[in-house]
Amino acid sequence: MNTFLAFVIKEFRHVLRDRRSLIVVIGMPIIMLLLYGFALSNEVKNSRIAILDTSRDDVTRTLTERLDASRYFTVVQHIDRPEEADALFRQGKVRAVVVFQPMFQQTLLHTNAASVQILADASDTNTGNTVAFYISNVLRAYQNELLDQQKLPYHINVETQMAYNPQLKSAFNFVPGVMVLILILLCSMLTAVAIVKEKEMGTMELILVSPVRPWMMIVAKALPFLVVGLLNVAVILIMAYTILGLPLRGSLLLLIAECGLFVLLALSLGLFISTRTNSQQVALFISLVGLMLPSLVFSGFMFPLENMPKPLQVVSNIVPTKYFFSILKSVMIKGLGFSYVWKETLIMATMTLVLMLLAIRSFKIRLQ
Amino acid sequence: MITVQNISKTYNKGAVKALDNINLEIQRGELFGLIGPDGAGKTTLFRILATLLVPDQGTATVNGADVVRDYKAIRRTIGYMPGRFSLYPDLTILENLEFYAAVFGTTIAENYAQIKPIYSQIEPFKHRRAGQLSGGMKQKLALSCALVHQPDVLLLDEPTTGVDPVSRQEFWDMLQLLQKTGLTIVVSTPYMDEADRCDRIGLIQKGKMMSVNTPQGITSGYQPDLYAVRSSNMYQLITDLRQLDGISTCYAFGEDAHVSVASNSGLNAPAMEAFLKQKAHNNIQITPIAASIEDCFIELMR
Amino acid sequence: MKKIIETQGLTRTFGAFTAVDAISFDVYEGEIFGFLGANGAGKTTAMKMLSGLLAPSGGSATVVGFDVKTQSEDIKKQIGYMSQRFSLYEDLTVLENIHLFGSIYGLKKAELAQKAEVLLEQLEFTDQRNTLVGDLPLGWKQKLSFSVAMLHEPRLVFLDEPTGGVDPITRRQFWEMIYAAAHKGATVFVTTHYMDEAEYCDRVSIMVDGKIAALDTPHNLKRQFNAPDMNDVFLQLAATSVARAGF
Repeated sequence: MNTFLAFVIKEFRHVLRDRRSLIVVIGMPIIMLLLYGFALSNEVKNSRIAILDTSRDDVTRTLTERLDASRYFTVVQHIDRPEEADALFRQGKVRAVVVFQPMFQQTLLHTNAASVQILADASDTNTGNTVAFYISNVLRAYQNELLDQQKLPYHINVETQMAYNPQLKSAFNFVPGVMVLILILLCSMLTAVAIVKEKEMGTMELILVSPVRPWMMIVAKALPFLVVGLLNVAVILIMAYTILGLPLRGSLLLLIAECGLFVLLALSLGLFISTRTNSQQVALFISLVGLMLPSLVFSGFMFPLENMPKPLQVVSNIVPTKYFFSILKSVMIKGLGFSYVWKETLIMATMTLVLMLLAIRSFKIRLQ
Repeated sequence: MITVQNISKTYNKGAVKALDNINLEIQRGELFGLIGPDGAGKTTLFRILATLLVPDQGTATVNGADVVRDYKAIRRTIGYMPGRFSLYPDLTILENLEFYAAVFGTTIAENYAQIKPIYSQIEPFKHRRAGQLSGGMKQKLALSCALVHQPDVLLLDEPTTGVDPVSRQEFWDMLQLLQKTGLTIVVSTPYMDEADRCDRIGLIQKGKMMSVNTPQGITSGYQPDLYAVRSSNMYQLITDLRQLDGISTCYAFGEDAHVSVASNSGLNAPAMEAFLKQKAHNNIQITPIAASIEDCFIELMR
Repeated sequence: MKKIIETQGLTRTFGAFTAVDAISFDVYEGEIFGFLGANGAGKTTAMKMLSGLLAPSGGSATVVGFDVKTQSEDIKKQIGYMSQRFSLYEDLTVLENIHLFGSIYGLKKAELAQKAEVLLEQLEFTDQRNTLVGDLPLGWKQKLSFSVAMLHEPRLVFLDEPTGGVDPITRRQFWEMIYAAAHKGATVFVTTHYMDEAEYCDRVSIMVDGKIAALDTPHNLKRQFNAPDMNDVFLQLAATSVARAGF
């Protein structure tokens, strides 16, 4: 066990002393998310919206004022009939229409619940999503204020309808998607070069001539990067929550545990690549190009999996990002508990174990 | 201590023959030198003995353990120093040494006596990173790491290549010191003048073991008559001598040209001198000499 | 005799460390000049300055009549350079390498073709013209590498440890090529760790701690140090090194 500990210490030293790489590894996700976040808030700033309010009571007036006051929206028009919305979208005059139900305040006071419908122009999917999301945020903030003032819970039902792209399901696709992509690429790249680097430098020759067991070397290589990976997870989650306004609805502990499992999965994948290659260049190429495309295509955040041809759907089952993306959405956004994601978790755990064993098995105990 | 029987090894699916039917026995406590130029097969033989490569044919044992079957046992008993510096440049001297001690389940303190003769020379710099060390210090660190688990056998692959004569001399002094502690040491080198530092040597060229013997045994087995010839113009001297019938080889050796003559050729020193005078050479000196290892190597290569 | 290299107080520092400490020496046209020293004595740094690869931090030097500080590009055209580390492209054939380096030094096509044939003939390489350089034994590579460095008939050639690890016969054949080049008038500036090769040089300098500790013919050096061979001269001088104390 002492030997293993020495190995772990050595690996931590390698990682900590390579300051430049460490800065890149920690900084890259921040920059990627910031770039995305910046582009996002820029895009929806001062979006024009229209209001359909037949109720015209205190609550709807307050809500309309709130929306108009927000830096994201400008209320440019009031309309009287839902049919007018279509024309506005077609002319590109507004990005969304907020429809309050008739007798909004009355309904809210009597039944403790009232409905708002958001019609968004989703011809540009991301903008449509974001606009709808921000509108519902403003509404929700108001609802929370009501909660604080009164004992009885009032509930404003927000129903979102996407014009031109009605089957679009979630407004929170992109950020979890970027998270999945960053984590799998970064973590697998970290370990993909780790072992092959020792082969290239010649240090492997001495390691092989010692009684070190392959598992020791492989597990020791993964540990410092697990810490780095979890650090990345923390940074990404904090940024997603604070800057990008993503909700963290489910259990934070469960979320972190799932992220940890996924990081471990990516690290194992990298280790497997590293034991099978002979140069850092090849290892990097495989982990970057080989993982980028399937992760993008098959995780379901850019292209809905249901619409894919059957054979591709089958292929998607072996792509780990698919499961993690689904878990992220369930836990983070839908706020579901472990009982809803245990299947995906089990699959990811099995994949991790298999990859780890494969990496250990394909570790060559001699030079080629 | 080490036996090698009919070992052959090829690379690139047989295209390159690295070792061709090598046989060798090395005794316990011996300082054995494997001498040959680059590409002779020295590194391949070392890697087979260090269990890093599997031979195509033949068997080899280290301390009674088979290099293929019992590789785990061998890895505990040998100390290996590859030809290329193989320690971690981003770790310090102390960290590298500590790591290799721990890898073998031991500590520096437990083995301090064993490594002291070498390690004490670099200990004042123990917090310096290995990547920033001079060639000589790197060598001493590598040797310390190879010794830290008290191996029975040291395998040192070209430790002195590219090293200046002073550092080379120091290194051989260290090896002879280590040999006194009972270690079996196998060293490879392309420098023929290091042969005299070994108990026995093997001359290897193009994958074939040409001769295995004590340095004296090899030089006394030299067949032709050998002369050291000198004149004012070395280049002209060699060019002219090669035209003389009866001379088998003629090569520059420092200030002299070494001229080998088959004993039955009838050519002798006076005849050579007469020939050189006729070719207008000045300050001619011809001395019969005993062969060096390098002379023997040249003779064996022919 | 005409000077082909002249240095005056040539110095190079790296931070607080002085690698080459005010060396002054001359090399004459047509001589074989041995440039010796222990590892870390400053040989490589000095050689890089003379071949125009590294700017000096002090002093001056002219090589083939050009200033190393201001005219390094002119120097590069006039000299040949060969080291053990950088020689030829291993993934190109013998002939492709010859053509490549010939063109780099601006040889005309017809001239190059003719020179290539002569070169292959001399090396007895005519059967190997289409062999990848990577597949040649080290000694052959070094001989080829030297011939390629001499292809544009430079007046001065720098050889950095050209014979390291080469077998005894090829090593001597290599030196015979050096002799032949010097015989035709080229100046050869060579470093080596084989002390017997120091004896083949017309004059030898030995560097210790960044300074030139001795410079003379091998014969005079041995007399000066009362030594039987150059190896002994070298050992006596290197023992005086201050820097070595820390090794």
